[in-house]
Amino acid sequence: MARRLPKKDVVIIGLGWTGSIMAQELTDEGLDVIAIERGPWRDTPTDFPPSYMQDELRYRVRHELFLRPDQLTFTFRNKMDQTALPIRSWGAFMPPNGVGGGGVHWNAEMWRFLPSDFVLKSHLTERYGKSFMPEDMTIQDWGITFDDIEPFYDRFEHLCGTSGTAGNLKGQIQEGGNPFEGPRSRPYPTPAQPQPFSQTLFAKAARELGYKPFPQPSGNLSTAYTNPLGLRMGPCTYCGFCEWFGCGNYSKASPQTTILPVLVRKSNFTAQDNSEVVRINVDRSGKHATGVTFVDSSGEEWEQQADLVILSAYTMFNVQLLLHSKIGQPYDPIANSGVIGRNYTHQTTSTVNGFFNNKKFNFNPFIASGSIGMCIDEFNGDNFDHGPHGFVGGAYMGQVQTGARPIESTLTPPGTPKWGASWKSAVRDNYLSTVKPGTGVHGSFYAYRDNYLDLDPEYKDRLGRPLMRITMDLHENEVKQNRFMTDKFAEIIKAMGADQLAKHYRTAPYDNTEYQTTHLNGGAIMGTDPKTSAINRYLQNWDVSNLFVLGASAFPQNAGYNPTLTVGALAYWAADAIRNRYLKNPGPLVDA
Amino acid sequence: MRKTTNVRLLGALVAFVAVGASCSAQAGDSDPQAFTQIERGRYLAVTSDCVSCHTVPDSNQPFAGGRAIETPFGNIFAPNITPDPETGIGAWSDDEFDAAVRKGIGRTGSPLYPAMPYNAFTKMSRTDVQAIRAYLNTVTPVHNPRAATALPFPFNIRAAMRVWNALYFKEGEYTPDPQKSSEWNRGAFLVDGPAHCGACHTPKSLLGGDKLNQYLQGSYLQGWSAPDITNSTRLGLGRWAVDDIAAFLKTGHNRVSAATGPMAEAVKLSTSQMTDADVRAIATYLKSLPGVEDDVKPLPQDNPAMAAGAAIYRDQCSACHALDGRGVAKLFPSIADSSMVRSADPTTAIRIVLRGARSVATASEPTAPGMPSYGRQLGDGQVAAVLTYMRNMWGGAAPAVAAKDVTRVRSETASRPD
Amino acid sequence: MHKTSRPGLSRRSILLSTATLFIAGATGARARTIAGSLPWEPNAGNPLTPVKLGPWEFFTGDEGRAMEALADRIIPPDPQTPGGKDAGCAVFVDRQLAGPYGRQDGLYIRPPFKAGAKNQGHQMEAGPGQQYRQGLAALDRACKSKYAGKPFAELSDSEKDIVLNGIESGDFQLEGTDGKSFFEQAIRDVQMGFFADPIYGGNRDMVAWKMIGFPGARYNYLDWVNRHNERFPLPPVGMTGRAEWTPQTR
Repeated sequence: MARRLPKKDVVIIGLGWTGSIMAQELTDEGLDVIAIERGPWRDTPTDFPPSYMQDELRYRVRHELFLRPDQLTFTFRNKMDQTALPIRSWGAFMPPNGVGGGGVHWNAEMWRFLPSDFVLKSHLTERYGKSFMPEDMTIQDWGITFDDIEPFYDRFEHLCGTSGTAGNLKGQIQEGGNPFEGPRSRPYPTPAQPQPFSQTLFAKAARELGYKPFPQPSGNLSTAYTNPLGLRMGPCTYCGFCEWFGCGNYSKASPQTTILPVLVRKSNFTAQDNSEVVRINVDRSGKHATGVTFVDSSGEEWEQQADLVILSAYTMFNVQLLLHSKIGQPYDPIANSGVIGRNYTHQTTSTVNGFFNNKKFNFNPFIASGSIGMCIDEFNGDNFDHGPHGFVGGAYMGQVQTGARPIESTLTPPGTPKWGASWKSAVRDNYLSTVKPGTGVHGSFYAYRDNYLDLDPEYKDRLGRPLMRITMDLHENEVKQNRFMTDKFAEIIKAMGADQLAKHYRTAPYDNTEYQTTHLNGGAIMGTDPKTSAINRYLQNWDVSNLFVLGASAFPQNAGYNPTLTVGALAYWAADAIRNRYLKNPGPLVDA
Repeated sequence: MRKTTNVRLLGALVAFVAVGASCSAQAGDSDPQAFTQIERGRYLAVTSDCVSCHTVPDSNQPFAGGRAIETPFGNIFAPNITPDPETGIGAWSDDEFDAAVRKGIGRTGSPLYPAMPYNAFTKMSRTDVQAIRAYLNTVTPVHNPRAATALPFPFNIRAAMRVWNALYFKEGEYTPDPQKSSEWNRGAFLVDGPAHCGACHTPKSLLGGDKLNQYLQGSYLQGWSAPDITNSTRLGLGRWAVDDIAAFLKTGHNRVSAATGPMAEAVKLSTSQMTDADVRAIATYLKSLPGVEDDVKPLPQDNPAMAAGAAIYRDQCSACHALDGRGVAKLFPSIADSSMVRSADPTTAIRIVLRGARSVATASEPTAPGMPSYGRQLGDGQVAAVLTYMRNMWGGAAPAVAAKDVTRVRSETASRPD
Repeated sequence: MHKTSRPGLSRRSILLSTATLFIAGATGARARTIAGSLPWEPNAGNPLTPVKLGPWEFFTGDEGRAMEALADRIIPPDPQTPGGKDAGCAVFVDRQLAGPYGRQDGLYIRPPFKAGAKNQGHQMEAGPGQQYRQGLAALDRACKSKYAGKPFAELSDSEKDIVLNGIESGDFQLEGTDGKSFFEQAIRDVQMGFFADPIYGGNRDMVAWKMIGFPGARYNYLDWVNRHNERFPLPPVGMTGRAEWTPQTR
C-alpha cells in the first residue's frame, strides 16, 4: 500500500527541459509544485566538472549519464510479424535519465521547424495531391501553426541564450542566416559561434555550388549571456566534449544552466529525485487524474496527489506511462483505431566522410562545440519541388562535426584493413584531415500505420511491468529521401577538396544497433481529432483534462530538424494555456 | 604562512552566552505595536546577522539557538533569543538585554564569552539595541533549552572573561568623525558596530582579542582565511571600485569575485538585505583604510612551480577562469584581479581548489556557480604550483604556496562538513 | 509570487530552507527531496581511480599472453609508436572485463534469451567476459592443433596474421565459438584501449594521442578556434595530467 504524501497543486513527472519549464511557469503562477524525477539530481560543478568530464570511454561508450537498460528498456522489431526482443544495451538511441534529462548531454542544436511542417498533411496534399503520398503514410497537421508557436520559440531561444544568425526577421530575409526559416520576431540573443576550419570550408564550397550556407543555431554560446531569469552563462570553449557529456563551464544551455537555480529557490517548488512514477492515478470517472504513484530507490511506494498532472518524461516514457495507467485507447494498427502509441517516428540521418590530403589540410577536428557547423536548408521540408523526385520530406545538411574524440573518430579511407600495420598508419595519416560530420544529413521521418508503440506480451521490467514494444522500420519514402540528400551532401564535401569520400546511406531495415539520434517522437500525438490524437492543441489529454503531456511524444511526425527547440516551445505554449485559460476554468480547453 | 595555531578567534564568533537563566517573569517593556521601532530593529538584526549564529543552519526555527559555534577553545552553543519566556529571552528586562548585547554581561551578571561580539555591538546605541529587542519580541517563540557549553580550563571559568575584557573590550557607542562625510561615518559605524566585520577579518591574539594594528587585514577562522579588506593594492580591495564592493555585498558577486564559505552566509543572511546606501557606505569606509602597501616582485616564469602551474592552469582552470585569468564577470571569478588568491594566508584558496566551493545565490545573482573539487586529481605539489602561478601572474605577486601548506589544509579540513 | 486562490487548486506553501531531505533508500542512490537551494557538499564528484599495473585481474596467464599477442597484431609496433601490447591495450581489456563492463552491469539481462535478427542487437546470455574466455581458449586450441602444439602467442608474426586473416574471412574456424565476432570484438576493444584515456590502462604515456595529434582531455581551445589549418601547439594531456604538471626541481 502506497504511503500518501501531502497533496500539491501540481505534480510534474520528469524534471528535464519540459518539466523544468513547466515548473518555472506554474510556480510563477503561485502554485505549489513538486517534480518527481526518476534519476539523480545533477549539477555542473558536482557532476560535470571540466576535470574529468572529457572521458570518451566513460560517457560516450559506456553511457554513464544515461538510463541503464536494467532499470527500464524496450523491445524492438521491424515488422508486426516478427517477435520483438529486448534492447539489452542501447543502440539506435540513448534515453536520458536524471535531473536535466537529455538537456544535460545534448548537443544544443537549436532549430525551429518550418511553417509548413505544422500543417504538413494539408500543405503536401494541396501542393502535390493526396496520391503523391504513400497510402500507409499517416502524417497529420499539428493543430497549431508556426505563428501560434513563434513567440514561444522566441522565449525558449532567449532562455537559452542561443547563438545564431537570423535568416528571416519579421519577413525580411537577412544576409548570412537561413533564408528558409519562418519569420522570427527578434534576432538571436547572441551572435553565431565562430566556425573552425572544415566548417568554414564547407560553407565556401556550398556557396560556390549556389547554396546559402549559414551557421547552425547553437545553445553553446558564443559569448557570456544573462538570461531573462537572471542566470549567467559563460562562453563555450570548444572542448569537443558536448554530446554525451554534461557541460563543465556553464556554456551549454540546459535546465541546470538556464532554469533550475532560480526554480529551486522558490518556496513553492520541491524536487524529488531517484523516484520513478509508475502510474498516473485516475478517479472512477476516468476523466480526472488524482495524482501519481511513485517508487523510490528502496522500492517503497508513495502516492502524491495533485490537482494537475504534468507528464514531462522522455517521449518513450510518456507513452509507456499512459499505457500502464490505462489512459487513452491503445493504438491498434490493424483496426487503425486508438491513439496511444500511434505515429511513432525517429529521424532519417546519414553522413558522408571526406578524406583530405594531410599535407594541405589540418582541420584540428577536436576543436568544436556540440552545435558548431555550417549548414544549408535548400533541401529541407518542402523548400524544393518534390514533384520530380517521388518522395516527400527533406533534410538540412552541413559540416556539423562536434569534435574528434578518438575512439569513435579515428576513421580510415574506404578499403583500409580494420587492423594491423596499414590500419595503424591510415589512422595516423587521416585523423587531422578527415571531415566527419556527426549527422551530416538530418532528415525528416514521417509516420506510418505500422510504426508504433504498444506493450510487449512477454518481457517485463524490474518492477514486473510489461516493457513497451517498438515496431519500427524505414519505409521507401525515407530511404529515397535519404539517398537523394546523401548524394547532394557528398557533392559539397567533394567540392571542399576531399580526395576520397565514404557515403553512409540510411537503408532499410531500420537498424536498432546503430546510433542514429535520440530524436524519438510520437506515440501521444497532438491534433484536432480525439480519434487520431492523444492530446489537443494545448497538449491536454482528450480524456483526462487535468493531465498535460509534454515533449516530442506530441509530434504527429518528425520534421528534418532537431526536436528540442520545438519541444521547449510547445512546453511554453502549453504553460501559457494553463496559466491564461485552464486555471481560470479547469476543464477541457477544446471540446472533443 | 599562518604562524600560530588557531588560538585566535574567540572574539570572532557570534554566540550569545548567557548564564543561569533564572526566570523572573519580567517582560521587556518594548511596545510591540511600534512598527517604526520594530522595523528599525529588524534591519539592525539583519545588519548584525543575529540569525546566523542563533539559528541551527537550515532549520525553520529562526533565532531559537542551538547552533554550535566553533572556537579554538571548543564549541559554544548559541542560546535561544526568541521571546519564549522559559528558554528564550521573553522574561528579560530591556536593561538585561542591553547589558548582554553592548557590554557582554549575562543576565546573572557574569560575563559572556566574546564569541558574542559585544565588543562590536557596543558601538550601537541603547535605542538601537532596544529596537532589536522590540523586533525579537515579534518573532515566533520557540521552546528550545540551550545545550550546555563546556569549554576546557581555564575558559570554563567565566570570571576569566573579565581579564579578557580588560585587555580587549572597549565599551562605548560609535562617535562620528566630523572630518569625514556622513557616508563614511555610516560605513565605519556599520563595519565596526552591527556588521562586526572585524570578527572575521581582523587578526586575533592568542587569547582571541583583536590585533588592532592589523585592523581588517585578514584573519583565519573555522578552516577559512578571511581576506584583507583594507584598500591595500596587492592584498586588499585596492583594485576594487566602491561599486565593486557594493555589488559584492549586495549580490555576492562582482566582476572580480564571488562569495563562498562563511562570507556566502554573511551575504545571504545579512549584506544582501542591507540598503544600497548602507553597502555603499561600507564600501566607502573600507576604501579609506590604507592597509599594507608593499613591493613584492612576482616569481620568475622559469621557477619550476610557475612552469608546472602554467601547464595545470591552461589544462584545468582556463575553461572557466579564462586564458587571461579574467574569468567571466559575475560568473567565474577573475584570478587576475583577485587579492584573495594572493592573500598572505592561502588557506581559503587552497581549500577551494581541494574541496570545491559553491558561491552564494542571491535574488539578483541566482546562478550560484560552483567550483569543482580537484583534491583527488591534483597532488599537494600540483595544487601548490597552480596557486603559486595564479598568485604571480597578470601583474600580481605573492610568495609561493608550499606543498606542505596544501598538506596542512587537506588534513585540517578533512573532517569538516563545509 | 503567490496569487489568490482559484477553484480546484488550493495554495500551500511550505517554508523549507533546507537543501535536501532524505526520504528513504537502502541501496545505491537514495531518493532525496530537494528544495530551497542547490545541493552542495565539499569534495563532490566521482573522479576515477587510475588503473594500476600489476597482475591480471580477469585473464589467466595463458589468456593474458594470448591477449597481448593479439593486441600487438591488431596494433603492431612501429619505429614511432609502440604496439598494442606495450601501449597497455591488453591491460585495458583485462581491467574492463574485470569491471562493470565485463559483468554487464546496468544491461538488461532478463530471460528469455532468443536468437534474433542482427539489427535487434546482442541477445546472448553470455557477457563479454565469457566471450573472451571462450574465444581466447578456442584461439589457442586451434593454433596448437595447426602449429605443432604452439599457442597463438608463440607463433611468428606472419603465422599470427595468417590465423587472424583466416578468422576474419571465416576461412579459419574456431571450435565452439564464433571466431569472427570474437575477433571483431577484440579489434574494437584493443583499439578502444589504445585511444581511451590512459587512466584505464591503455594508451600508455598517451602514445596513441601523440601518434594522431589529439591533444587529449582539454577543455579550452578558445585561442585556436579561429586559427585555421595551424597545428595546435600543446601536447596531449590525460585526466591525470601530463609530465609538465609536476614541478621539476633543479
